Amino acid sequence: MAGFFIRNVFKDAIESVQEINHKYAKPQIKMTPFVRFALITLRLYLILLVGILFFKFYTLLGK
Amino acid sequence: MNIFAKSFYEYRKFFKGLKLYLLLAGPGIIVMIADNDAGGITTYAVTGAQYKYHFLWFLVVLGFIAYFVQEMTVRLGAVTKRGHAEAIFQGFGPFWGWFSLLDLILTDWLTLVTEFIGMTAALSIFHVPPVITVLAVSALMGFMVLQGKYWTWEKIVMGFCALNLIYIPAAFMVNPSVPDVLYNSFVPHLPPGGFTNQIFFLLMANIGTTIAPWMVFFQQSAVVDKNVKEKDIVWGKVDTAIGSFFTIMVAAFCIVVTGTVLYGVPIDSAAQAAIQLMSVNKFLGTLLAIGLFNAGLLGAVCISLASSWAFGEVFGWAHSLNANVREAPWFYAFYFFALLTAGTVVLIPGAPLVLITLFVQVIAVTLLPAALVFLILLLNNDELMGKYKNTLLQNIINVGIVVFIIIVSTLYGLTALFPEIFK
Repeated sequence: MAGFFIRNVFKDAIESVQEINHKYAKPQIKMTPFVRFALITLRLYLILLVGILFFKFYTLLGK
Repeated sequence: MNIFAKSFYEYRKFFKGLKLYLLLAGPGIIVMIADNDAGGITTYAVTGAQYKYHFLWFLVVLGFIAYFVQEMTVRLGAVTKRGHAEAIFQGFGPFWGWFSLLDLILTDWLTLVTEFIGMTAALSIFHVPPVITVLAVSALMGFMVLQGKYWTWEKIVMGFCALNLIYIPAAFMVNPSVPDVLYNSFVPHLPPGGFTNQIFFLLMANIGTTIAPWMVFFQQSAVVDKNVKEKDIVWGKVDTAIGSFFTIMVAAFCIVVTGTVLYGVPIDSAAQAAIQLMSVNKFLGTLLAIGLFNAGLLGAVCISLASSWAFGEVFGWAHSLNANVREAPWFYAFYFFALLTAGTVVLIPGAPLVLITLFVQVIAVTLLPAALVFLILLLNNDELMGKYKNTLLQNIINVGIVVFIIIVSTLYGLTALFPEIFK
């Protein structure tokens, strides 16, 4: 019974996420060179930040 | 006769405007005053104790920065009728949407834990056990949202915002040197000893407490929930300006209190400052402790709602304080889930509360730049904003502010991760 309930909750959640992904699949903002540049810079910035975070936890684990 | 008629006309016009403002006032004042949350009060108390009034001028600058950032959310919310989370999904697609939403939920939840830490610490000064504080706060916050009207919720919160002004009489009680306070408020300078790493960290902490990612999401959602229209944008801006004035006043008066009484005393939290003040003047210490509790409560109220609104917007659930539990079950379920789990963490013996506080600073750094960049890009979109898009002057100011905040908040996050990095 509990297993059935949990399975249903997860199934519903996945369906909701898929629905949201479908609904917003096409970004409304016009991809001008400036927007493209801003988004790429943001992506690189976040990758760098996450890398630093992982490095920190790696060094913490090493201690 | 003509003068009398003209004066009467001006009088009527003024009161009509005031009446309209009082109807529309709320989101700007609430978000700005709630910005002085438990973490904020701690930062100000430490700033005053370590550097007296030397950084009051910096707060004035931060007041303007906070206004310019938050003013953009008023325009975006009023024009698009969408919260920031939904606007990001719609504008930039699912990748950036999920990143922002999940990052917001995590940051808000961790910040909520720090608000509970502040509230339990404040009430423990009056010998209230943490479990009672958590239960009472949860019950109060539950009552506030379950009464079924955004308007009523807003007015209750405005009452708590008024209580946040408690630091103003407290500052007058300590008899500070008024010329000193005025000089330090309007003349930018560094304290004797020049620029040090400690000053750098404290300035970054002040910026971190003044501009927080949840504020962008909260105010935009509140503007939408309140149904602020395009014609009301000007009042939304006035509301935000008044809010930023009061947030800086509260912060400055808090610094004046600790700068006057506890200058040179080593303190590292607002609760500790309240205890120290009690030994000097019991009434003053009590005011600071009440202020700390109230700051934590205001922060908790706004932060938990920011998450629920964002989740509701994206998942398409009913997500308004005007809806009751039956109409918006998931919105309230999410609100209480965040509230109760954050409160429970504080009650767990040996919970890593210091680590959580540190983690908040770091995680916020990943969300804030993204939220601000999206804000600027959305505000420059012709199709979306029409005549309400950023002007050239607004862009120069706002892009400058965003770049500055990104650099400083990144350095703040790095300093939190690697305390030795700039030594």
